[in-house]
Amino acid sequence: MMDFIIANAPALLIALPMLGAFALPLVGRLGDTPRNAWVLGVALITFVIAALLAWTVLSGGPVLYTFGAASPADAIPADSGGIPIRIVFTVDAMSAFMAVFASFVGLVTCLYSVASERRSSGKDGYYALMLLLLVGILGMVCTGDLFNFFVFLEINSLAGAALVAYRIDKGVSVEAGLKYGFLSTLAGLMVLYAIALLYGQYDSLNMAVIASRMSYTMLDKVALALFVAGLALKAGAVPMHFWTPDAYSMAPGAVTAFLVVASQAGLYGLFRILFSVYGLTLSYVTVGWAVIILGVLSMFVGVSMAIPQKDVKRLMAYHAVSQSGYMLLGVGVGLVVLGDAAAMDAFGRTAMEGGIFHIVNHAMYKGLLFLTAGAIFLQTGTRNLNKMGGLGHSMKWTMLFFIIGALAIAGIPPFNGFASKLMIYESVFAFSPVIAVIAMVVSILTLASFVKVFHAIFMGPEQPKYEGVGEVPKPMLAAMAVLAIMTILMGVFPEQIVTTVIAPAADALIDQGAYVATVLGGI
Amino acid sequence: MIAETLYTGFGAWNPIVWLIALAVALLFAWFIQRLGEPDIPGEGESGKSYISGNDEPSPEDGHIGGSNLYWGFTEAMKGYYARVVPLHTGCLTDYVLWFLGTFALLFILIGVI
Repeated sequence: MMDFIIANAPALLIALPMLGAFALPLVGRLGDTPRNAWVLGVALITFVIAALLAWTVLSGGPVLYTFGAASPADAIPADSGGIPIRIVFTVDAMSAFMAVFASFVGLVTCLYSVASERRSSGKDGYYALMLLLLVGILGMVCTGDLFNFFVFLEINSLAGAALVAYRIDKGVSVEAGLKYGFLSTLAGLMVLYAIALLYGQYDSLNMAVIASRMSYTMLDKVALALFVAGLALKAGAVPMHFWTPDAYSMAPGAVTAFLVVASQAGLYGLFRILFSVYGLTLSYVTVGWAVIILGVLSMFVGVSMAIPQKDVKRLMAYHAVSQSGYMLLGVGVGLVVLGDAAAMDAFGRTAMEGGIFHIVNHAMYKGLLFLTAGAIFLQTGTRNLNKMGGLGHSMKWTMLFFIIGALAIAGIPPFNGFASKLMIYESVFAFSPVIAVIAMVVSILTLASFVKVFHAIFMGPEQPKYEGVGEVPKPMLAAMAVLAIMTILMGVFPEQIVTTVIAPAADALIDQGAYVATVLGGI
Repeated sequence: MIAETLYTGFGAWNPIVWLIALAVALLFAWFIQRLGEPDIPGEGESGKSYISGNDEPSPEDGHIGGSNLYWGFTEAMKGYYARVVPLHTGCLTDYVLWFLGTFALLFILIGVI
């Protein structure tokens, strides 16, 4: 049984949450408790499968899974002329890393939703969309086929947009969902057009085949610009970030925490296209600088727009934009020096590791912060910082979790945000001291912003209007506690995380040849 | 499980050493606090907050709201904010224009330069 699960883990990773989602309208008829147990069970098993798959990849190298083939590892049929014609999942360390933490956040947000959505109607649809969002993310990070990537991108976008609009708030959330859905679809169409350009030239949709034939023609450059613009929009990079405060602020707390991961899947797609499909054929200095500029703009505009916000979730959404900038910066520096082995060894690899480490750290502490914001909104009915105050008296656990998340996002030791930011600061300083200083200033402004939020929400005398407000239900506290513990553990044991997971993920991106050889067998 | 030192290529970071240093600092802080006067009067006039001779405001009035903090920062940066905030119109067509404009710039950068 275990051998079967391990051998078919890439397929089960998608099939299980999809089956879980489609069965929900039936399971939901049995009542709240069976539905909650079903959702949590599906999310938990998906996480376990992702962990098993990651363990397989980290211990034995990339996993190739060919759908419909007699043997999953047999990507190229004998009569296909050397082309993998079936849909192929190519799971390397980067994919496995993304799959593990995405399914982990999926599990935690479902646990949180059990309590936060308990008084709401339409829970069958809500959980079905949560599981479909998980399917979209996992498919994006595991597939080795470009059209398949587009399909999962669409699943991700449509499920996300529906979730943003799910809790109708005077029509505002519907408007936010519409914006998110429209822009995501536009980005998806750009990606589809780019895929068509590559398919027209290289007669294949398989990423490894295209990578092996890539000649960086003018059409490839057009496709690359379409990919970068579309996927950077999905990741919420400035100046295509405008949808993030609208969508993140109107979605329920658990959904917002999961949308952060959905956006990071876009970031993953961008990195995969740049490194694994184009690799050294592209003018990596120019494109790398484009990524760095997007990163620096995101960092500064995000944090500076966060400071004057009065809505706690809009404020956090702008910080999410700002933090994405660090990831773009770290990986962008690695891309600029991709063809310079000495610079790559000196600082490029560390910058990439810092950027990739920041992805998972961000998912933990930003997820935690959005969950605390959801808890506060649930108890007070407002997101307006001017109307809050004194909640530290009645919501002590939420306050503690908020402090942990806030210190982590500000890069205060010993939390996880510090470790990844330290790697980014030091490696980027070797590349460009000015950009490193900007990154540090952004961190200081982040701290200042969260001091304001902490003071506005939790400090001050107990407000009479919040006299009856108490702590949120235990499942919500448990979900926040899990993310808080991860935030602390990943900060206290950063070297273990970097050595075990992050460095192999960075190597998987850098080594385009290994990615191609996984599918084409060393051609 | 002992935390290993994280090497960044230029420096190193060991959270356990940092946590030990923090614990020592907190111990010193606690020791200094212990030297203070323990019996602060809690009742009567001497127990009230002193706010330059003014009456203590009610809980609703006494809390400084979120938008009052960093007034100085936003005032000093008002030239920047006057330009950046209006760009966030909330209008979907504007968002699409920004997207298309960014794609055009990226295309020039990647395709031409």
